[in-house]
Amino acid sequence: MDNAAGFPLLSTILFTPLAGAVLLLFVNKRNEDAIRWIANLVALGGFLVSLPLWFQFDLTNPNWQFQEHATWIPSIGASYFLAVDGFSALMVLLTTLMGVIAILSSWTAITERVKEYYIFLLVLQTGMIGAFVSLDFLLFFLFWEVMLVPMYFLIGVWGGGRRLYSAIKFFLYTLVGSVVMLLGILGLYFYNYQVSGAYTFDVTVFQQLNLPFDLQWWIFLAFFLGFAIKVPMFPFHTWLPDAHTDAPTAGSVILAAVLLKMGTYGFIRFSLPILPEATRYFVPMMVTLSIIGIVYGALVALAQHDWKRLVAYSSVSHMALVMLGMFALTPVGITGSIVQQINHGISTGALFLIVGIVYERRHTREISEYGGLSKVMPVYAAVFLIMTLSSIGMPALNGFIGEILILQGVFVVNKAWAAVAASGIVLGAAYMLWLYQRTMFGKIENPKNENLKDLNLREFATFAPLIALAIWIGIYPKPFLDRLDTSVARVVARVNPAYPVNARAGCPPATVVAGAGDDTQVVLAGCPEVTPGRDAATVASAALVPEEGRR
Amino acid sequence: MPSGFSPQDFRYLLPELVLTGGTLLLLIADVLTPRTRQRWLYGLAVAVLAATGVALASTTGVRAEVAGGLASVDGFALFFKVIFLLSAAITVLMSSRFLEIEGARAGEYLFLVLTATLGMFFMASGIDLVTIFIGLETMAIAFYILAGYIKPNRRSNEAAVKYFLLGAFSLGILLYGMSMLYGLTGTTQLRAIATALASGPPGMLLPLAVVLIVAGVGFKIAAVPFHMWAPDVYEGAPTPITAFLSVGSKAASFAMLLRIFVEALPQFRFEGLTVLFGMPVGWTTVFWVLSVVTMTVGNLAAITQSNTKRLLAYSSVAHAGYLMIGVVAGTARGVTAMLIYLFVYLFMQLGAFAIVVVLRRKDVIGDELKDLSGLYFRSPFAAVAMLLFMLSLGGIPPTAGFMGKFWLFSAAIESGYVWLAVIGVVNSAISLYYYVRVIVFMWIKEEALGSPVTVAPALGLVVAVALAGTMILGVYPAPLFDLARLSAAALGMAAF
Repeated sequence: MDNAAGFPLLSTILFTPLAGAVLLLFVNKRNEDAIRWIANLVALGGFLVSLPLWFQFDLTNPNWQFQEHATWIPSIGASYFLAVDGFSALMVLLTTLMGVIAILSSWTAITERVKEYYIFLLVLQTGMIGAFVSLDFLLFFLFWEVMLVPMYFLIGVWGGGRRLYSAIKFFLYTLVGSVVMLLGILGLYFYNYQVSGAYTFDVTVFQQLNLPFDLQWWIFLAFFLGFAIKVPMFPFHTWLPDAHTDAPTAGSVILAAVLLKMGTYGFIRFSLPILPEATRYFVPMMVTLSIIGIVYGALVALAQHDWKRLVAYSSVSHMALVMLGMFALTPVGITGSIVQQINHGISTGALFLIVGIVYERRHTREISEYGGLSKVMPVYAAVFLIMTLSSIGMPALNGFIGEILILQGVFVVNKAWAAVAASGIVLGAAYMLWLYQRTMFGKIENPKNENLKDLNLREFATFAPLIALAIWIGIYPKPFLDRLDTSVARVVARVNPAYPVNARAGCPPATVVAGAGDDTQVVLAGCPEVTPGRDAATVASAALVPEEGRR
Repeated sequence: MPSGFSPQDFRYLLPELVLTGGTLLLLIADVLTPRTRQRWLYGLAVAVLAATGVALASTTGVRAEVAGGLASVDGFALFFKVIFLLSAAITVLMSSRFLEIEGARAGEYLFLVLTATLGMFFMASGIDLVTIFIGLETMAIAFYILAGYIKPNRRSNEAAVKYFLLGAFSLGILLYGMSMLYGLTGTTQLRAIATALASGPPGMLLPLAVVLIVAGVGFKIAAVPFHMWAPDVYEGAPTPITAFLSVGSKAASFAMLLRIFVEALPQFRFEGLTVLFGMPVGWTTVFWVLSVVTMTVGNLAAITQSNTKRLLAYSSVAHAGYLMIGVVAGTARGVTAMLIYLFVYLFMQLGAFAIVVVLRRKDVIGDELKDLSGLYFRSPFAAVAMLLFMLSLGGIPPTAGFMGKFWLFSAAIESGYVWLAVIGVVNSAISLYYYVRVIVFMWIKEEALGSPVTVAPALGLVVAVALAGTMILGVYPAPLFDLARLSAAALGMAAF
């Protein structure tokens, strides 16, 4: 790969935060300002070194980019194999950016045990980046689990409310899911050994396996448990409101913006391409759970009187929409799903920051305690407005792009699903605008709110990049969509090979008819000059050819 | 058949000879040293263990039966002997400050630790029921005394009596099973037993013999329902001895278990149970049940403990359950997994007990969970180390415990025991609940009272070594994996 050019870019991105954490170990814990400066500079550095993933990303290259290969545990076939495609590159960029924002937002919010706080945040960064860039399944799992402990501490030590309860709930829920997922990984591993005679955890190899259906069925369920808990999908979402509500602001931001994406990333990266038949078989279940999640999450959000909990439930609803788009199994749907993941990171991350700002000033999250804040905090109110509109999918902002793509992708498959999804979006507008109205508009009833300070420069700096991104994606999403083309095409070629891959380029799309059980069919339409299967296969083979000389 | 020693045997038995000589030397040195100047005996004990290690290195690559088929010097035994030496050395280093605070003499104590180690050596290399039993007795008797070594302490006395009475019973049961095996086959040599059993109908007594042996071994590895002694003995015994018991004794007992079942009873089936299950049930099925019950009961019982040593005792019971997954898998991968797990278990378990020893101060016993409160503020190093030991015991990467569990579960999956693996992973998730409780005490709860926590140099070394083992083997376990695979191959796996 030319853009790898010998420089281990991904390793650099991966280990910059960890190096920062190690550096912090040697700083005196009483020297809090130095610790803050170092943490912020490391996070900023981490973001800067990840920028080549955007600028040097080769759009014409359908292969894995920035590959790095090294032996790790040869006796079991595990290797240190890092690489990205458009999807994971965007996820890494999201992670490093949110890392900067989360760390910057903590400057005055965290006053106790400052040193450990930043160490945990930085270790968490490395865990998240590692999960996105690992193409070795064992390595992926390792980073996946590494994320648990720092997050546990962030909630348990610096959280509020019932923080210990929420922290252990988060920890155990996620852990149960991930250890079962590990068994699924082992199942793949031994099946691959049976058919190829080689022990490997190479995801690119697994993605070319044709597993028997019953094995796929079991492994899908194992992966499902791991990923669905992380997303979280209904009915595994119950840890999320607690964890979000009790976490410190930066913890909530990271949790919402990046950690939840681990689940959706896992589905797209592993479940869909490795287990295509099982994926198609489980479409009805997944769609049902997603639809329940969309409506249920939104309805529960409407009923909340705790500001942060409301945002947390909105997360459940939005992530369910992401899942719905993904399980349309169409290129548009999956692209929309990925774009919406990024959007959710931006808008929900910002919404948690927004709660954090007033929480830091007033130490309460009760919506009824606020009202009329736009009078005293005009800039704050403006930022909140932009993010509210972004969250509810206002055109010209990012949320709209994601939602329209998802709806379009779902609509061609099943109109009823799209209708329910749209109703969830309407409900989303309802609870967000109502929240905005209750907190920002009207008279200031509560005297404690009369002297609230507006955003200072540092606080505004945490929002500025998110606002810029929201507008950028809303107005000109093409650079993002371009990066996703080959990633999505590769997934669709595996999971839905009968689908005409150029449907996004103007052909009338196909229709997936979800039948009872496993007879989900794809009814093709349009583009008569293209034989869909062959065309998809061509792209598939182009996308799946391992780079020469990689081994 | 037995034909006495050959000169070559003495070369192969050099480690055992060095250890025996060193142990006796220590006993003499103890007598000659005034009571106030016994500190150097710790150094002597470590030196003896180190010399044994050097002698052990000279037997690398050897694969031979010695003393007329009483013992086998092979990679399997070698691997275990390394575990024994490391755990004994770490125990000795842990003991010095502990014994000083308790005001107990070091001489006999160290002598007994080395004697127990010698017993373990023969348990791992014995390929004859007699050798194995003598090794077991040597180890057990040393432990009976060590458990009650703190004479003024009631709990220590209670532990010793309990351990002695129950241990004696279990040894009797084991011996009874062994004698039946001898009666049925006319030999005590493991491989000869296998040959004899393969040639003819086993008869009615064989299942009984196997059941008795399972019970005897089950007691030693603290498998449920033979685990009742473990919490009381672990709690009452001097903490370094608890550590040694939970690592060294357990590893030796697993070595014995593998030797007996893999080498002598590879084909054994409970024919009588065909009526119930529709097919003959092998001993792997027995261990399947034992494994599930052991890990589940161990983990559930550990959740409610408020004493760190009792918590670690139940956790150690649960770990015996995980380890039995390797026995059930019954493949080279299963044995490899057990070797790897025992090796990483050595570091994390001893490390955790070392922290309990750190907390033992003049005015504080330090073995209650609440004594860990605020440890992070009093000794960040100890708290970080304990955090990583707990995560490792729980199997969270990138610690060594994860790599061990990974092997065990992969062995289960490979052999088709998917449900056992599922139960295993769910159990390891449950176990995190109480490991995290320990972490909560150290990192989140308020500070406990009592004199400051200081880490003495020898203890600091122990913790550092355990920490290094836990982390290095977690991130780069490749060399350990290779060694364990080679060692497992030495066991007579062809019979499977």
